[in-house]
Amino acid sequence: MGLFDGKRGMIFGIANKNSIAWGIAQALAAEGAELGFSYAGEMLQKRVEPLAESLGVTFVEECDVTNEEAIDALFAKVEAHFGKLDFLVHSIAYAPREELGGRFVNTSREGFRIAMDVSCYSLVALAKRAYPLMPEGGAIMAMTYYGAEKVTPNYNVMGVAKAALEATVRYLAWDLGQNQIRVNAISAGPIKTLAASGVSGFRKSLNYVGSVAPMGNVDQEDIGDAARYLLSDWSRKVTGEVLYVDGGFNIMGAPDPSADEKE
Amino acid sequence: MAEKSTFERVRDIVVEQLGIEAEEVSMDSSITEDLGADSLDVVELIMAFEEEFGGEITDEQSKAMATIGDVVTHLDAQ
Ligand SMILES: NC(=O)c1ccc[n+]([C@@H]2O[C@H](COP(=O)([O-])OP(=O)(O)OC[C@H]3O[C@@H](n4cnc5c(N)ncnc54)[C@H](O)[C@@H]3O)[C@@H](O)[C@H]2O)c1
Repeated sequence: MGLFDGKRGMIFGIANKNSIAWGIAQALAAEGAELGFSYAGEMLQKRVEPLAESLGVTFVEECDVTNEEAIDALFAKVEAHFGKLDFLVHSIAYAPREELGGRFVNTSREGFRIAMDVSCYSLVALAKRAYPLMPEGGAIMAMTYYGAEKVTPNYNVMGVAKAALEATVRYLAWDLGQNQIRVNAISAGPIKTLAASGVSGFRKSLNYVGSVAPMGNVDQEDIGDAARYLLSDWSRKVTGEVLYVDGGFNIMGAPDPSADEKE
Repeated sequence: MAEKSTFERVRDIVVEQLGIEAEEVSMDSSITEDLGADSLDVVELIMAFEEEFGGEITDEQSKAMATIGDVVTHLDAQ
């Protein structure tokens, strides 16, 4: 008996075995969820397919979330394969690498547009196609980061996109409430992934957060377990929320001076 | 057991990442041309090297690493 027995959901954003979306997929599959994966780009196919196979996931489709026709085509396949959906996981972000370091004031119009399109608007685009497939209600979840709320140098335009994403979560939660669909986000502590490696000085901030957070750094499994909560009936009236799964980093105002002596 | 050399540690990571045989990897192997790494493999390899050896490999540094020997030289120097 699993928490997700009989539940069907789509997961967007698995790139490789380090992806947060892969941690979420494993956590949900272990509880009996029937999953479909969507990935971006041919280069990822050889990475995503073996992962899918290892969980017995047969629905694996490419889709660039900036392409409206591609999303329509994908959801036609989703409907044909699953009929109805119970949940959707959005674990997608992108900004051109040159935007993820240096002075924020130099952010380009095009870099800003791309970051917003891929990392924020895509949630609306996916929700728009998913909600008709959730006639009895459902749950949608996105991934965000503390850089949305407080300045995280080098995260730059992605911080702005995440702030917009968090606002988007709230507006979708309002609008889809009438359809009994919940929309939430997990704000994860830093984790070494492909996306993270694009941010200048990532390792340094990973070490810093690990030293300041009361419970240290998090991993993909921690996020997967929290996703079980946000996507299951255990959070049935929770909507529009940003749930911090960050070892407590966001509550801290200053590092603990005695932290060096702990360990 | 004797401690592994930098080359051996790098080779083991490359073998695991690219799914190739240890015999195929030498100091002269070009990571993309001889070993067949695509651009994503390269990023993943850099991440794995950082994990194994600590420290951060910058974009410029990684661009300058064409062969396994380049990687070993860089890691030995850091
Ligand atoms: N790693 C962290 O430290 C961290 C912390 C907090 C939040 N997040 C967020 O978690 C989510 C997943 O990132 P991750 O760290 O697992 O890295 P990741 O690189 O594994 O995942 C990012 C995914 O976005 C996908 N993507 C990019 N452009 C796309 C497009 N046009 N169409 C479809 N998919 C596209 C990529 O293919 C990839 O699968 C992102 O939203 C990220 O911002 C990450």
